[in-house]
Amino acid sequence: MADLEQFRTETRAWLEANCPPEMREPVRGEDDIYWGGRRATFKNDAQKAWLEACIAKGYTVPMWPKAYGGAGLSAPEAKVLREEMGRINARPPLSSFGIWMLGPALLHFGTEGQKLRFLNEIARGEIRWCQGYSEPGSGSDLVSLQTFGEDKGDHWVVNGQKIWTSYADHADWIFCLVRTDKADKYQGITFMLFDMASEGVTTKPILLISGSSPFCETFFDNVSVPKSYGDDCPAQVGTINRGWDVAKYLLGHEREMISGADGGERAAAIGAMMKRHAAKLGDELGPLLRAELANFDVDALAYAAMGEKFLDEIKVGKAHPAQPNMMKYAGTELNKRRQELMMAVGGSRSLEWESDATEGGKPAKNWLRTKANSIEGGTSEVMLNVIAKRILDLPGA
Amino acid sequence: MPLYHNEDQAMLADTARGFIAEEGNIAKQLRHWRDRNCKDGFGHGLWKQMAEMGFTGMLVEEADGGLGMGHVEAGIVLEEIGRNLTPSPFLTSSVLAATALKHGSDDLKGRYLPGLIAGDSVFAVAIDETAKHRPSRIATRAEKSGNGFKLSGSKSFVIYGGSADMIVVAARTSGADDDADGITLFAVPKDVAGLSHDHVRLVDSSMATHTRLDGVELDGDAVIGEIDGGRAVLDAMLLAGRVGAAAEGVGVARGAMDMTVDYLKQRKQFGKLIGEFQALQHRASHLYSEVEIARAVTIKAQQLLDGGSAHADLMASVAKAKVAKTARLAVQEGVQMHGGIGMTDEYDIGLYMKRDRALAEFLGDAHFHAGRVAELSGY
Repeated sequence: MADLEQFRTETRAWLEANCPPEMREPVRGEDDIYWGGRRATFKNDAQKAWLEACIAKGYTVPMWPKAYGGAGLSAPEAKVLREEMGRINARPPLSSFGIWMLGPALLHFGTEGQKLRFLNEIARGEIRWCQGYSEPGSGSDLVSLQTFGEDKGDHWVVNGQKIWTSYADHADWIFCLVRTDKADKYQGITFMLFDMASEGVTTKPILLISGSSPFCETFFDNVSVPKSYGDDCPAQVGTINRGWDVAKYLLGHEREMISGADGGERAAAIGAMMKRHAAKLGDELGPLLRAELANFDVDALAYAAMGEKFLDEIKVGKAHPAQPNMMKYAGTELNKRRQELMMAVGGSRSLEWESDATEGGKPAKNWLRTKANSIEGGTSEVMLNVIAKRILDLPGA
Repeated sequence: MPLYHNEDQAMLADTARGFIAEEGNIAKQLRHWRDRNCKDGFGHGLWKQMAEMGFTGMLVEEADGGLGMGHVEAGIVLEEIGRNLTPSPFLTSSVLAATALKHGSDDLKGRYLPGLIAGDSVFAVAIDETAKHRPSRIATRAEKSGNGFKLSGSKSFVIYGGSADMIVVAARTSGADDDADGITLFAVPKDVAGLSHDHVRLVDSSMATHTRLDGVELDGDAVIGEIDGGRAVLDAMLLAGRVGAAAEGVGVARGAMDMTVDYLKQRKQFGKLIGEFQALQHRASHLYSEVEIARAVTIKAQQLLDGGSAHADLMASVAKAKVAKTARLAVQEGVQMHGGIGMTDEYDIGLYMKRDRALAEFLGDAHFHAGRVAELSGY
């Protein structure tokens, strides 16, 4: 415990010296988030300085081993770092699917060569990854995916189409589920890594009801994927034809992320904030709206406690392996309710799609964005199916 | 502190679960006493056994002869009491009254705690005066009389009031009915002149009283805490009681859910197990999710309370409200998914529905506590 307090003191001093004041402001827009990658540009010098300081210290991925670009922190140390960053509202220096998703998969399934190359690239923000899972005919029934990789000896030739590929138009590389054996549904999928700059890869952004385009359609037309990227560095993660194991492992991480389990108590309750918001608009909360907000806050604060418990239990392996599905289900449904209530409090003001007062329709756009939460990464209905089968052990589920 | 039970607590949970499932189960306790029309509504034998296990005095300080444990530990016992629908004066005696007595004089502690710890005494609390929980309003009066006080007024929903050796009574020593200040708590012994009860059996077969105080004369040493300063003790007692009631409610919810999920795996209709129907699977999965969340926030409230956190009050109301809503869902889904037999007295699931109703009402229902969350949050 004394060591941990020592670490806290050091961390606090390090943050004080290295986190620029601009990086202690709340994230206001997409360009406040640094995603990294070959084509990334910094919004300002502070963002660049903060990233470089964190890379040098291993703090873009604090819990990864030092050899792979991390700081090798223990779970309690990482919690201290999070707490200290939270205390000064420090922004994450780097956000990416590489950190959240591919990284954990490589740490679990990757070869040493893959780890040394790809994890370091991710930690330094050099390569921005996207995820190629869903296809037009394979949404909830993901395992029915058809994108095919034909074995040509030293390489595959990949043909097919992915959909809902997050930020594919900004990504450098893709981790992609590709069918390599048409005869076996589950054991015929390979988890492949390849460059989005390869010949035959095209992306097309999808305009959503929220007005933004975070997702793309991604097309593969005779894309040649080499089977190896060098010594001990194959193009597939895990074994050929056993990519479904990797995908399932990763879906757990994704569901955990979307669930907002670590959103913290501060972001949970909205009633008091909504009262102030209403007052700013010259209104006050009616009794039924207040009651709905109170009921929401009860659920939200309770869910925040669940998030804390879930993360505590994950750290020591106490959580049921299917528990992320429950967290994702409850968290996303709650988030939709939150946005519905915020729209109700905002009244006609929140309907504005283009206005300075709403910073370009932020309330409406945020509201619409959350509707995807209970669809992406496995729908609420799929989550309920998984709970029924794996936790409640119901028959035929 | 991580939000799960540490090793000692996990061991206590194992012990409590085994013991209460064995000795406090529905057939041995709830149905047994109900079917004999027992006037106490609970078994003194089990109370004595719980004392031997160390449960009855678990919240009492070690210096006073107890185990000096916290509300996480009390919650562990209460969850098992809830799961087995065990009629027990544990919540009123070992949590509520014991918390009040922490603020009492050494004399009061000496008078009452040994009986509690030994399982020889049972305590009740008299707070409510109308049909809804409204502790902000206390109309029962305690007027100075010689060296002591004379209490007049009426109380309702006094759980186990007729069996109690002592009742903690909240009365007003000054001010108007709705004033925050001017409350004093009294330890009122049974058989004192002017104390009378109307006994009522409640829907869950528990026993409660409408209690009248007609000029009940008490010495000054019956006062718990400060004269006119009883609101702080009352609040502390309510806080402990609400967190405890939430834990018991989690047990009720889990018991009802487990029974229902088991039933889905046994009952066949249309040539298959009804648990194969996705319509029921999704409802069961949703219920599971709610119960997990309710349990998490209850443990959170217990830990905050044990840690003396200023957030404990808010989180106690969050927990009480969340558990009330969740247990309500669990028992309603339970009866509905059991179908016709869910309506019969022979099956236990209906007993869960009755217990939930009474437990949720005790110390404030979901509406009361959601409203309180809004007030404490500033809206």
